Amino acid sequence: MSAEPDNDPSQVPHPPVFLERQGYRRRRLMDAARVLPLIGAGLFAVPLLWPGVGETEAPYSLSSAIIYIFGVWAGLIILAAVFGYGARRLGRSSDVPGPEPR
Amino acid sequence: MASLNVLVLVCLGYVALLFLVAFAADRLAATGRSTWLRSPLVYTLSLSIYCTAWTFYGAVGYAARSGLEFVTIYVGPTLVMIGWWWGLRKLVRVGRSQRVTSIADLISSRYGKSNTLAICVTILAVISVTPYIALQLQSITLSFSIFAEADPNNSYNEIASVFWVAAGLAVFAILFGTRNLDANERHHGVVTAVAIEAVVKLVALLAVGIFVVWGVAGGVGQTMARIDASEIGQWNIDRGRWATITFLAAAAFVCLPRMFQVMVVENDDERHLRTAAWAFPLYLLLMSLFVVPIAVVGLDLMPEGANPDLFVLTVPLSQGQQGLAMLSFLGGFSSATSMVIVAAMALSTMVSNHIVMPIWLSSRGTGASVSGDVRSIVLLSRRVSIAAIMALGYFYYRLSGGGAALAAIGLIAFAGIAQILPALVGGLFWRGATRTGALAGLTVGFVLWLYTLLLPGIGGEAMPANVMASGPFGLSWLRPQALFGIDGLDPMVHSVMWSLSLNAAAFCVVSLFGFPSPIERLQAAQFVNVFEHSAGPRGWVGSVAQSEDLMIMSQRILGAREAQVFFHAEAQRQGARGYLPEPTPKFLERLERELAGSVGAATAHAMIGQIVGGSSVSVEDLLAVADESAQLLEYSSRLEAKSDELGRTAHQLREANEKLTQISLQKDNFLSQVSHELRTPMTSIRAFSEILRDTEGLEPEEQTRYATIIHDEALRLTRLLDDLLDLSVLENGQVNLNMGEGLLTEVLDRAVSTAMTGASRDMRILRHVSDERIPVHSDLDRLTQVFINLIANARKYCDANTPELSIRVHEVGGKVVVDMVDNGSGIPRDSRKLVFEKFARVSAERAGGAGLGLAICREIMQRLGGDITYLNGHQGAAFRVSFPSGYQLAAQ
Amino acid sequence: MSRRVMLVEDEPNITEAIRFLLIRDGWEVETHADGTDAVEVISSAKPDLVILDVMLPGKSGMEILTDLRARDDLKGLPVLMLTARGQSRDRDMAEKAGVSRFMTKPFSNSEVLTAVRDLHAQATQT
Repeated sequence: MSAEPDNDPSQVPHPPVFLERQGYRRRRLMDAARVLPLIGAGLFAVPLLWPGVGETEAPYSLSSAIIYIFGVWAGLIILAAVFGYGARRLGRSSDVPGPEPR
Repeated sequence: MASLNVLVLVCLGYVALLFLVAFAADRLAATGRSTWLRSPLVYTLSLSIYCTAWTFYGAVGYAARSGLEFVTIYVGPTLVMIGWWWGLRKLVRVGRSQRVTSIADLISSRYGKSNTLAICVTILAVISVTPYIALQLQSITLSFSIFAEADPNNSYNEIASVFWVAAGLAVFAILFGTRNLDANERHHGVVTAVAIEAVVKLVALLAVGIFVVWGVAGGVGQTMARIDASEIGQWNIDRGRWATITFLAAAAFVCLPRMFQVMVVENDDERHLRTAAWAFPLYLLLMSLFVVPIAVVGLDLMPEGANPDLFVLTVPLSQGQQGLAMLSFLGGFSSATSMVIVAAMALSTMVSNHIVMPIWLSSRGTGASVSGDVRSIVLLSRRVSIAAIMALGYFYYRLSGGGAALAAIGLIAFAGIAQILPALVGGLFWRGATRTGALAGLTVGFVLWLYTLLLPGIGGEAMPANVMASGPFGLSWLRPQALFGIDGLDPMVHSVMWSLSLNAAAFCVVSLFGFPSPIERLQAAQFVNVFEHSAGPRGWVGSVAQSEDLMIMSQRILGAREAQVFFHAEAQRQGARGYLPEPTPKFLERLERELAGSVGAATAHAMIGQIVGGSSVSVEDLLAVADESAQLLEYSSRLEAKSDELGRTAHQLREANEKLTQISLQKDNFLSQVSHELRTPMTSIRAFSEILRDTEGLEPEEQTRYATIIHDEALRLTRLLDDLLDLSVLENGQVNLNMGEGLLTEVLDRAVSTAMTGASRDMRILRHVSDERIPVHSDLDRLTQVFINLIANARKYCDANTPELSIRVHEVGGKVVVDMVDNGSGIPRDSRKLVFEKFARVSAERAGGAGLGLAICREIMQRLGGDITYLNGHQGAAFRVSFPSGYQLAAQ
Repeated sequence: MSRRVMLVEDEPNITEAIRFLLIRDGWEVETHADGTDAVEVISSAKPDLVILDVMLPGKSGMEILTDLRARDDLKGLPVLMLTARGQSRDRDMAEKAGVSRFMTKPFSNSEVLTAVRDLHAQATQT
């Protein structure tokens, strides 16, 4: 059975241009969440700059590389979780368009 | 050491457990009490089929060979998940709102429901994924062999075990993937089983990792030191591969059919993505966490030449940890089975929906609605597809002979499946993307991938050595691993770079220059602006569809009960009382999606189209619309013509009416006339007969004279009656023609002499006797009668001082034409139409006749195959008599 | 007492028959066969009675009668009308126009004589 509401596209209200504080906060949170993968990609690209074997006298040790990569990884996961929960908490009491409740 | 038999028993028991879980979950879902089954946790865990046996065993081997490069396989998906707001959210929304059943269905749906495209994607997916399935079979077989080596009564047969593994997995996939045709194409049972397997493999790997770090290496610090001291202990990566594989993994994560299945098709709630966005990266992180330690410890502990791909299994075994090894084995087994089952399901859906069903439907010819249980056909085709895909995997394994070549196949498969990415991303974000563009991109990417990566990569003689070394036909710039002379790149990087960039370029360029069909543009708007209209119009303008036909068809696909429930609910939603809803556009749209869940969007669209009558917007339809307006134009011009015709008819009617009125007036007048003409002679007859009877002493001369008058008047009466009879006979067509031959001049001589006898007025007759010498085959008496009439008329009516009648004769093409023109004032224009009517009298002046002469003449001439007309354009009265001169006269 | 009758009739045989009858009965009969100048002929001849045919060349009997009745000197002139058409419409028209007696052809000789005598008698009494 179809779960989507039968809304005519013409009837979908456009999101308001100005929002009250909570909606505003949620939007900025979503902005941050959107930037997150770009930041992550940048951080994961950092090892490309590290000199490898044969390029320097003292290449990075694997353990420090592991710590860096897994650290970035964990950081990203935590931020994503924070944004997700933050968005959910703020979104619950606001009318900001998002995945509509079912 | 566990015997092989124990191992098999454990496997069977484990599968039986999964089976039970899946069965229970299906039952729970059917009763609607499955809320926890739809939790974000289960969704996240089901995504873990990304981690196959290649991950479970292979990651350690990968790390042992190339250090940290293996993490790229997990970093890519992590970035995709974290960036869910950008892409996955849209993908899932589109997938849900369009009820897509597979990645091929999505692509096909986006590009105007093109089945060609769906077939291309399906073929690409089958070619890419089959080796991957073979890889899973290999990993299970290898893990078996590890235990078998230690088995005292070693009866292990590798080939047989691969076969049985493949067969067993096929059975499991068939049992769960195709138990029913759910309209949502969701398989709660399978998803739940996959989630459990995800937990098993994570626990197993973590357990091995913890054992290695704390049990063998002696803590985190020591482990780190060991890592740094190992042969892979220094930072050493291929930068190109690092970036390429990260990207490739991200692409494959979205494009892999099995990932699409669990991520989009099986998705119950879009909001689960929000949880999975961090939970799944966490899962991946945990899966990767102990890879390097296990690899390093394995390299330390195991003898030289041991297969690092099996360290996860062999390290615990070497330490005597039977239970841990068994758990690890189960983890690997779980990874392999879950991947194979879901992949087989996803591929079978694609194969059956886009290849088997269209062929079956078109071979039926008559369309979906006519006969046959489509539902069972769909199920059967899926089952056969699963079996076929497993068989393909099995044979691929047998042919490739396993080994190292197979291990590399994971990345090759990623590169192949990533060729879908440009079409997918373009389809979601760019409205200008067209079907031909997608086809071009896919084809270019697929060919390049085949040529630069798959054929050189799968070993054997798939790619001849001389082509590898110097290019085909000696064209060195076409060397598979150094296209356009760019040498020295890693083959993987080289292939991905060329295939994906040229794929994207072809896609963009062809799209830019092409023009999409209306339905493509409609779908493009639906996909790209999915958030503006998740349930927007999709083109059914339902009007004449028979709800009953739709019901019959739906029953065949969805099953009788499901279809009835659906239709009933729809009817209620529409506020109807019965069980059949009106075929409104909304209903048709929902029904199509419902069916799309079972047979794919393109097929569902085609099926409804067959019943509704193809009312989706297509070029043909637009042409039809154009045609229709053309027809309207034509119709209006026809109307115009018709109204003209009506006008003419009305005019004719008016004329006829006028004529009728005139004729009726004439008839009255004629009756008076006939009355007068009859009574007048009778009056004389009666009066003189009474005189003769009553008067005494009449002179004999007087008696004779009065008797003569009576006689003449009686003759006059007879003549009148003869005329009337003559006309009536002529009119009824009962006249007998007395055909004879003679010269026209003789006929005219006779007529003139008869008409002019006893004339009170003299009239000059002008003739050209030389022209009149025409032999005539006709009823000469009748002809004479006509001429007499005309001459007598001229004599009576010509009002000139010196009356003249000119008779001119000529012969034209077998027709004799006789014109008689007098020099009087002629017949008034108004009366010309009437002169040939019966009882007509041109003027009120009495002329002795009853007005029957010309009517009789006309009747005679028509009997003789000719005509008599009034000639306009002469000053005097002018009549033209024409008749055939020949001997072929049509006698009645 | 003069007994002069004017007979306006275009059919020569009928004219002859009526003339024969009336002369035998002792009337003075004048005849005229054309409708065109009939009114003038009647006006100048001043007959005691007129027998008028309806279908006449030039001018119909109806018109002649209407004209006669329109003239003061001929208003009371007895007119016996004879018609061969014999339709009731003609009779109505004639009575409207002021005919004294209307008869349909063919007639019996005695009827005509009686009618002429009656009309003349009525005219002389008044």
